[in-house]
Amino acid sequence: MERLIYFFYQYRAFFTFLVLEVLCAWLIISNNSYQGAQFFNSSNSAIASMNNFSQGIRNYFLLSDQNTILAEENASLRRELEKNIQLKQLTDTLSGVDTTIVDRFDFVSAKVVNNQVDRYKNFITISKGANAGITPGMAVISPLGAIGKVKVVSDHYSVVTSILHIDVMVSAELKRTGHFGTAQWKGRNPQEINLLYIPPHVKPEIGDTVITSGYNAVFPPGIMIGTISQKELDKEALFYELKVKLSQDFQKLSYVTVVKSRLKHEQDSLEQAVIKMEK
Amino acid sequence: MRLNIFHIISFFVFLLYQVLILQNVVLFHSAFCFLYILYLLLLPVETNPLLLMGIGFAMGFVVDLFYESLGLHAFACVMVMYARNYWLNSVTPQGGYDNNAVPSMALGGVQWFLVYTMPLIFLHHAMLFYIEAGGFGMFWFTLWKVITSTIFTTLVILIAQFLFPSRRR
Repeated sequence: MERLIYFFYQYRAFFTFLVLEVLCAWLIISNNSYQGAQFFNSSNSAIASMNNFSQGIRNYFLLSDQNTILAEENASLRRELEKNIQLKQLTDTLSGVDTTIVDRFDFVSAKVVNNQVDRYKNFITISKGANAGITPGMAVISPLGAIGKVKVVSDHYSVVTSILHIDVMVSAELKRTGHFGTAQWKGRNPQEINLLYIPPHVKPEIGDTVITSGYNAVFPPGIMIGTISQKELDKEALFYELKVKLSQDFQKLSYVTVVKSRLKHEQDSLEQAVIKMEK
Repeated sequence: MRLNIFHIISFFVFLLYQVLILQNVVLFHSAFCFLYILYLLLLPVETNPLLLMGIGFAMGFVVDLFYESLGLHAFACVMVMYARNYWLNSVTPQGGYDNNAVPSMALGGVQWFLVYTMPLIFLHHAMLFYIEAGGFGMFWFTLWKVITSTIFTTLVILIAQFLFPSRRR
């Protein structure tokens, strides 16, 4: 027994090393799943408020870009509004429009307090949390395109898994032809995402618009992802290799919109019920 | 030499500098700068290895909280701190280390300092990026990231050493 203790004492540095590394490995593995809740993260208020401070300084350098984007968005929203008013006058005479379907989406605007683009697994911290009604799983978009999905929330902050994350897949659609595929980031260029599973009989063109599809569990249908910038089809390959230039430049992100879907719960529970029935 | 108040303050200075400023500095989407490792490399030669690993773990853990990558930096730091003393022993400058020696550029000159730091920085960055990539799936691109980041971090460390030379104690 004495010799055993002596043995441990003699190699204490090595054993401490081993214990610490196992502890770290455990932390890495248990936090690996990108949707899993975790205890330590940057939605923690002390960390988030420091990030908030540093983003506050960075924001000054993005002001003019932000202004242009907001002005453009204003203009397009005004157009939409006008169109809707016109439509409403037409349809008011028709009865039976389900208002829960019409306003099933609600939008919350939030400031980006921390933003990453250069890692393999990127996360964004935003300045609205559970107090603003945000819950994990909600979609996050910007005026220019799809951004990601809420991962964890604290009272005043939430962490968003960016679509620039090598494990995230987004169901996408070619707007022109209506074919479905999957968008996934390959970890290299933050301006570019890959579109997978588009079969050869579809003829995608460079410049085609890619949007989120209605089969999506996260994003509302029709959110812009980007435009095709490069296409390749090997002989005998089953699918195209398509690269999509993201419409939102993730490096210039400073305000995002969180989408609350009022009917998502209903859709999910209906689909779960069907899956159970099939079993 | 015992660790003193100076070490405690500089721990927080390095940490804040890393998470508030250097977190936003990435060149060409591949070269990262992890200057906080300089703090770990500059701890006195005769520090207890257990304490070294403890400090490495603490530093890595706090950086992880900000980088949203729990355990990753801590893993790499503990690894570097374990390897550090063995490496210091094998690159002993002529005449060996004095009592209370700090392994800085003032101790053995630029050349010696590079020999001491670069392999450790490379080890740290290799751990970091390969674990983050989840294996060797993107081997060459990850290696490119590791090499560019090693060069970038080393350059910044050299500049920091020229600007704020540590006293030879």
